[in-house]
Parts: sequence; C-alpha cells; structure tokens
Amino acid sequence: MSTDTKAGTLERHGLNDDQLRAMLRNMLLQRQLDNRGFQLNRQGKVPFALGSEGHEALQAGAAMAFDRGKDILAPYYRDLGLCLGIGLTPYEIMLSIFARESDHNGGRQFPNHYSSKAIGLMSFSSVLAAHLPHAVGAAYAIAYREQAGRAVLATCGDGTTSEGEWHESMNFAAIHKLPFVMLVENNEWAISTPLSRQMAQPEIWKRAAGYGMPGRRFNGFDPIETYAAVKEAMDRARSGGGPSLIEGICYRYLAHSTDDNDLTYRTREEVLERRKQDPVPAFEAVLVEHGVMTPQEVDAMRKDVLRETNEATDAAEAQPYPKPADLYTNLYEGAWQPWQS
Amino acid sequence: MRVVGLVAVQHRDPSASSFGRHGLSDQQLLAIFRTMLMHRTLENRGFQLNRQGKIPFASAGEGHEAVQAGAAMAFARGKDILVPYYRDLGLDLGIGLTPYEVLLSLFARAADHSAGRQFPHHYASRRLGVQTISSVIAAQLPHAVGAAYALHYRGERGRAVLTTFGDGATSEGEWHESVNFAAVHRLPIIFLCENNEWAISTPLAKQMGQPDVYKRAEGYGLPGVVVDGMDAIACYAAVKEALERARSGGGPTLVEAKCYRFLAHTTDDDDRTYRSREEVEARRKDDPVPRFERLLLDESILTEEGMEALKRSIREEVDEATDRAEVMAYAPAEDLYRDVYADGWQPWRGEE
Amino acid sequence: MAVVSNTSSTVMNNVEAVRATLYEAMRNDDRTVILGEDVGARGNVFLITKDFIKEFGPERVIDTPIAEASIVGIAVGMAMEGLRPIAEIQFADFIYPSFNQIVGEAAKTRYRSNGEYTCPLVIRAPYGGGVRGALSHSVSVEALFYHVPGLKIVAPSFPADVKGLLNAAIDDPDPVLFLEHKKTYRLIKGEVPDGHYTIPLGKANVLKEGTQLTAVSYGLYVHWALEAAAQLQESGLSVEVIDLRSIRPMDKTTILRSVEKTRKLLIIHEDNKFGGVGAEISAMVAEEALFHLDAPIRRLAGPDVPPMGYALPLEEEFMSSPAEMAQAMRELVEF
Ligand SMILES: Cc1ncc(C[n+]2csc(CCOP(=O)(O)OP(=O)(O)O)c2C)c(N)n1
Ligand SMILES: Cc1ncc(C[n+]2csc(CCOP(=O)(O)OP(=O)(O)O)c2C)c(N)n1
Ligand SMILES: [Mg+2]
Ligand SMILES: [Mg+2]
Repeated sequence: MSTDTKAGTLERHGLNDDQLRAMLRNMLLQRQLDNRGFQLNRQGKVPFALGSEGHEALQAGAAMAFDRGKDILAPYYRDLGLCLGIGLTPYEIMLSIFARESDHNGGRQFPNHYSSKAIGLMSFSSVLAAHLPHAVGAAYAIAYREQAGRAVLATCGDGTTSEGEWHESMNFAAIHKLPFVMLVENNEWAISTPLSRQMAQPEIWKRAAGYGMPGRRFNGFDPIETYAAVKEAMDRARSGGGPSLIEGICYRYLAHSTDDNDLTYRTREEVLERRKQDPVPAFEAVLVEHGVMTPQEVDAMRKDVLRETNEATDAAEAQPYPKPADLYTNLYEGAWQPWQS
Repeated sequence: MRVVGLVAVQHRDPSASSFGRHGLSDQQLLAIFRTMLMHRTLENRGFQLNRQGKIPFASAGEGHEAVQAGAAMAFARGKDILVPYYRDLGLDLGIGLTPYEVLLSLFARAADHSAGRQFPHHYASRRLGVQTISSVIAAQLPHAVGAAYALHYRGERGRAVLTTFGDGATSEGEWHESVNFAAVHRLPIIFLCENNEWAISTPLAKQMGQPDVYKRAEGYGLPGVVVDGMDAIACYAAVKEALERARSGGGPTLVEAKCYRFLAHTTDDDDRTYRSREEVEARRKDDPVPRFERLLLDESILTEEGMEALKRSIREEVDEATDRAEVMAYAPAEDLYRDVYADGWQPWRGEE
Repeated sequence: MAVVSNTSSTVMNNVEAVRATLYEAMRNDDRTVILGEDVGARGNVFLITKDFIKEFGPERVIDTPIAEASIVGIAVGMAMEGLRPIAEIQFADFIYPSFNQIVGEAAKTRYRSNGEYTCPLVIRAPYGGGVRGALSHSVSVEALFYHVPGLKIVAPSFPADVKGLLNAAIDDPDPVLFLEHKKTYRLIKGEVPDGHYTIPLGKANVLKEGTQLTAVSYGLYVHWALEAAAQLQESGLSVEVIDLRSIRPMDKTTILRSVEKTRKLLIIHEDNKFGGVGAEISAMVAEEALFHLDAPIRRLAGPDVPPMGYALPLEEEFMSSPAEMAQAMRELVEF
C-alpha cells in the first residue's frame, strides 16, 4: 500500500475524505450484495449468482476515476462494484438478481449483466471479450465527434486476454489512438484455469508495448493506488493521448459462480493465504488509522449498507416477473416476423 | 546481431554485408539463388498467362524472394512441416515443389494437388510436408500450432513447424491465439512474419500502432527476432537458429523479416490507386534478387557466364513446365462431388 | 444398434455416458487428446472429464486459454498431423468465435487438398435451454451448421445413443459436431450396453411405433414428444415418434417410410423455427412424399427470438412443453 502509517501520511492522490469514505462504502456494499446473491441462491430464490470478492478495491478505485455523465463503461460480469460506483443502485442490482420485469433488460439476461444508457453503462453479453470491440467502437465515436474530455473504460478478466477479440480490440485502439482504457482485473484464475495456463509470461501489461501503447501494472488491493492508475490512463485518453493497457492485481476469493466448486482445482490453503490481503478490512483499517473515519463510523456504515441491501432485496423481490408476451418485444424496431405478408 | 532482453535484433546495416556465410556452402548459396530466380520467373509467367487470358488469376511475391529462399534452406525436408500462406511460392519451391506443379496450380488442372479446386499457390503435399491452407488470413496459424503440438506430444525431437504470414495477418485474433498457445506450451514452431508493409492497400501504419511485429514477442513470453528480409543469408540464419531451438525443445520464436511487395497485391489489384510509383521505385533499390546476384558474382561463387547459363536454364524449365501443364486436362465435372467426406457426400441418408 | 459386443448394461445419465465414452477413447487410443476450457483441473464445467487429467496427464487433457477460434483451429492442425483431437466448446453459445475454423477450415480440409489431408475431429458442445441459462447459455446451434457440406452433426437424446454415436464420431474420418443437450445431462437416465459399440451416423431411431401421425424430433424434445405421444395413446390416438439422432447426414428412409404409413408429419425442435432443421425435413418430404400426405406438414419449434430470456416466464414461453406437443399432435391427427 502507498500508505506510510508510521509517518502518519496517506498518499491520497488528490482524493478528499468524502471520496475515501465513498470508496469504502462502495466496497462494503459490493460485498454485502454479493453475499446476498449467494444467500438467495442457497435459499432457492434465484438460480444463479456470481461474486466479485477480492475485486472490491480495484472496482471502487476505478469507479472513482470514472467521470459520471461523460465517460462510458464497458464492463464484464464481475463488475458489480464498478457499476455501483458509477451510479447503479442496489435496488437495480437486486432486480437483476431476481430477473424482474423492471430490471434494465427486463429479466432477459443473467444477473450482473447490467446496462443503463443514462449512466453510460454499455450492454454486454456473457461472451468473453465480445464487448471489447464495442468499447473500441464507442471510443471511435467519441474521437470521431472530437469530444475531448470523454473516454471509454473497458474491463475484463485475465483469461479474457487470450481471446482473439481482445487482441483485435487493443490493436485497433492503438492504431487510431482512441480514448480507450483497457483495465484487466487479473485475479489469477479463469474458472479453473490458472494464469500460467493462460499465458507464458505472467505480466499482462507487457503486451502494451507490442501494440504501441503505454502499459502499467498496479496493486488492485489498494483502492487509492487503483484510482491513481486508472485516473492517469483515463486523463491521458480524455486529452487525446490515446489508449492504455492497465493491469490490476487482485484475487477471486469465491468460486467462479454458484455453479462452481473451486475446491476441485485449488486448495483452501491457497485461498486462505490470499485472504490475508482482503482489501475490505485493509481499507477500513487505513481509513481508521489515518483518522478519516472512527471505528464507530465504520460500524455505522456497515449497518447502513446492510439496511440498504435488505430494503433493496425486499423491494425487488416484491416486483413482478416479466410477462410471457415480453419474450417477443425489442427484437427489431417494430414488427419482428421473419415472414412478411 | 544485437540482443535486447529476449529480443535479438539484426540490423539492416550495409557494413554487415561484409559477407557472412553462416555455414552455407557454395552449393547451398547457389540453390538459394536458384530458388529466388525460379520464384520470380514463375510469377512473371503467371502474370503473363493472366494477361494472355489463359488463366483467371495470379499473385506474386516479388520482394519476398530472399526471405522465402533463405527460410526454405533452413527447413529440414522430410522432417519439418511447413504451414505457409498464399504468397509463399518461393518457400514451396525451396523445399521441393517443382515448376510443373506450380503451373498445374496456375492452370487449375486435374493433376494439380487440389485437382484445380484451390486458387494458385495453395499447395498441399504430404510428400513435401506442406499443410493444406485456405486463403483466409491467419486461419492456418492454429493448424500450425496443432501440428507443433502433435510433434511435441509424440516427443518427436528434431522436427519443427515453420509457419508464415503477412504483416496484415498479425491483426487477426487467430494470430494472437496461436502465438499465445504456442508460448504457453513451448511448442516447436517458428512464426515467420513476411512484413512487406502492405496488406493489399492498407499500409502498416493502419495495421498496427507501432511498426515492429517482433516487439509483440515479449508480451507472449517467447523470443522475438527481426531480420532484413531482403538478405537471404540473414533470413536463413535467423530462421535456422529459431528452427534449431524449436527442434531441440527450446520452444517457439517469432521472426519478423522486413521486406516489401513490389507488385500489386494480385492481378486483380491496381496498386497505383493507393501508393506512389516513387515509393515503389525507391524500394526497388533493395531488390533482393540483383543484390544476391551481385554477391555471388563479387564473391566469385558464380561467373558471368555461369549466371547467364543459370538464367537460361530456368527460363527453359519454366517454358517446358508451362507447355506440359497447359496441355493437361481439367478435372471432370463429377470431380466436384469427391472428397467432401471420406465416403459418399449425401447429406440425406437412405436406401434409394 | 450395431455391433453390441456384450449383452450386459449399466444405467447411466447422459453426463456419465459422455464421460464413459470419452474415457474409453482415451484409454484405447493414445492419439486421442481432449482440449478445451476447464477440461483439466476442474474436469469440465459439468464434470464430464473429472480426474481425466490425473490419469492421462496435462498433455492429453489440455486446459486451453479462453480462445475458441484456436481451440478448434489447433484441433484441426492436430488432426491433420495424425492425432485424434476431441475439442470442447464450453457452451455452444461460445462457438461463434470458432465459426471460421469449423465452417471455413475443418469442413473443407479434405476437399481442398483433394483428399491428401483430412480432419478427423470431434467438436463437443453442450447446447440447449430450459436450464435458466439466459441469453448466453441456452442456444441451439445446429441450424447454423447443418447447411455446411463437409461437416457432420449429431444430437443424441439417450445415454445409449450418446455412447454409440460418440464412438462413431470419434472413429469418423471427418469432422463431427457433437451436440449434447444440457437439460438431458442429468435428467435422462437409461441402460447403456457395456463394451465398445458404435451407432452409424445418419440413422434415425423409431422410438414408438404409431399409425396416425409421425412426430420427428431430436435432443431434449424427443423425451417430451414421447411423453406427449404416451398421453395421446391413452385416448386411443397412435403417434409414431422418431428420434433423428443425426442431423447431418439425416435419415431419409426412416422418415419417408413412417410418413408414407401415417400420412401426417409433425416436426418438433427447440431451435428457432425459421430456417431450422424442420424446414429442410419439410422440403424433403414435400419433394419426395407430397402425395402421401393427408394434412399439411406442421412444425412446432422455437419462436423467432434469441434463445432465451432468463426470467422464468420468458424461458417457459420459449420452450415447448409436453402438453403443447400433445396439443399439436392431437390437432394434426384430427385434421
Ligand atoms: C467466449 C466465451 N468463452 C467461454 C466462456 C465461459 N466462461 C465464463 S467466465 C470464464 C472465465 C473467465 O475468466 P477471466 O477472464 O479471468 O475473468 P474472471 O471470471 O476471472 O473475472 C469462462 C471460460 C464465456 N463466457 N465466453
Ligand atoms: C480473413 C480474411 N480477411 C480478408 C481477406 C482478403 N485479403 C486477402 S490478402 C489480404 C491482405 C493480407 O495482407 P498481409 O497479411 O500483409 O499479406 P501480404 O498479402 O501483404 O503478403 C486481404 C485483406 C482474406 N483473404 N482473409
Ligand atoms: Mg480471472
Ligand atoms: Mg503484407
């Protein structure tokens, strides 16, 4: 961490107390909502959930560097915290988990596949890397319209860097010097596949030079360092400096999803060892140590997050499912019959 | 050769042309030159036949003669596997394809390797160790990796795969996936990029954000090498070193040969629409064929008379191959239906 | 069923049948390698290859990077050089990046090399809906591929067929796309003959004889169609149910023989109706047996929307139920 506790100084990278507290709240909320999803799955209330435990700091930091109302986010399914951080509400998250009619996509997609034009959150599928060409296209649109001060933040996992579409996206962004930031959330696993089977050398950021763009690696367990790294890249993109490849180191503490049992391919010991780095208690401690928050305030924040999660759960659960007739809407604009008569 | 981390850089330094043979005998040097000349002569013949209306299509690798003849010399016939791309006539010739086979392909005759099904220069030959390719850019690269995996899996030391592609192909997803997989498994394979700075009308600057393909190597964790693609001996040396590393279990290498495409993309292309004559003329100064010719003469490996005789023999061989191939038959129409599957090709099964 | 070398059998579900067949293939032929995402340490997301890596090693059970185009493409190269790869696409929904390698390369390898290079390759892909898989874990892909000369497509519904057809696919000298319906994986159990046997590709199976209507289906819906036919039997209506098993090649004889007897045809599939497999069957029957028909051909198939919404009512609306099938059968019998 970039915190020098003995000297009592905290490298804030310009973040004020409110912003630091907002990042912690985002992290706590992420974890609470994640746990809620798993809980509801165990209770048989939802068929599927997927958590981002271990990614909280990375996502809270990155979201803080996102310019709401200007930037565009092209996330992937593990980005609950990023989506919360740029303005999605817990209620919207729970609508997605419950697949209710008033969910952004009308209960059509898997949980965590949000889209919200109002906050600049692009629609995406579960197909890995398929969203990256879209993100680059969005960046091209920004460049084409000469909208300085705007950029696209795209994210993906370490495993996704192996896809052809990842490469094609990076290359195009570099050729056209697009306002595009590729943020890789390297949690060392792709379901059961460790990074060493994904690539021959372990540093994703080193691919940047081959495309002719700046690359950088940062500690994704530290939200402040993450914020600084993402902000630097986003600022460069917003001001015409072109794309970047940045890699945040984190870890996936839970199984891939509720359909996965990670004990089939990694040991409890490995996970427990990495738990020592858990970014949530670590950041709580940093804020307390540096007097940004008192322990009581942290406690109250946790309670408030729990309350908000409970309220969102109850409100969303009470919402109706989409109607069977909704299956047929929004395939095309207007009528959708393949036979015309 | 300059070594930068994993990356060995071979400069196009005129003073370096103080003649290093890299162990090549006079015989081998002559063989390289013969391949280069044959390559150029056959391709001119293709363009000629096209202008005469005798064949619908031809393409050419003028400017690629040195890299292809050099790489072919490093290839171990009967052992290595070649997975080329459509511009690799010189490579195919260098590893044993005959001018007659080339003309059969240009004329699309029944006796052609694909029986006239494929475009010219898409050879497949078990005898030569050349895998079948399509015209789809970069689609051959996963196949090359699969072949290398087969060698690796069966523990066949002493064998390797040489696969080639253009600068444009490096933009394809399959290029990325192939290089990455080969690196993860340390497979016996050489990725040889024939960087001629153009992909039809698309210049390198629109193909990638920085101009050096070999610089991608580090990101995948394999050695990257750049070589003057107009220098056949340098290309031989670079490919040979990489092949030897691969054959002995040292894993894959990305080799970039900087060359140039002197002609239009194919007979269907007019390159004046997208690049200047001045550019092409300026690059003609690097023409690898006269450059190598000069070297052989200067080093007294060949006399002026010997050179003339060589050129004459090549012309005669090409003429003879042309005449022989032209009179061969087309495949019969029923041939359209063969070899879709091993057995009959009917999608509907039943007793008729 | 061809060449059953042993009369004893074991009860298995479809996951177990795929697993047992792959296991035998790995044991019997060391040219066989399995490659795909998470097939090794985890043993595939459905645990089909669980522990294979322990027995056969990481060289033969290859956890690939997430890169479908190259999973198929590398398998093509392996096949060309003498291995017998079995490539896995984790979910059929992720097969699209490999479309070129399947359609443009594998299917044309033999043809373009005039028989000099061949591509004996199996591509396995779990497909189909009814599993709350939402828009990216529910798709049926057979119609996208059955148009392609050079490719073979199999979609078995019963464990015994899974084994016989997978064995045939592995032995086949050409590329085979082997589609496994996810919903049948654990739901469908059945007797599987012990020992090695194959079922020829392109042979349909008459599961239930009947006289008043021919119902042709494949995959999960075969089971629903049988259920519907049984319901109708109770009210004295006689429906013949045919399980296609292979989609390319497809068994013309069995379909025509049945239609000529029953004089009515209902085609049932989960994949979208427009341009689906049922369209080809309808056209074939119209071309070859029109004057045997006493009623228009009818298709009960997926609606023309992407498969399939996540929320329960959306999924249920997309899928056909045994009751809907029984209804369609009854209407057609009574036509
Ligand atoms: C094209 C495609 N192939 C395969 C999958 C199945 N799949 C879903 S998540 C996943 C692993 C992704 O790993 P990574 O990119 O590291 O992200 P993480 O889940 O670790 O955050 C795989 C293989 C998919 N969704 N899309
Ligand atoms: C997948 C695919 N896309 C497009 C084409 C059309 N095409 C044929 S050659 C070519 C340019 C290739 O350039 P490069 O890889 O540099 O090879 P070069 O022809 O310069 O040797 C293109 C775009 C193709 N054959 N395949
Ligand atoms: Mg990961
Ligand atoms: Mg080129």
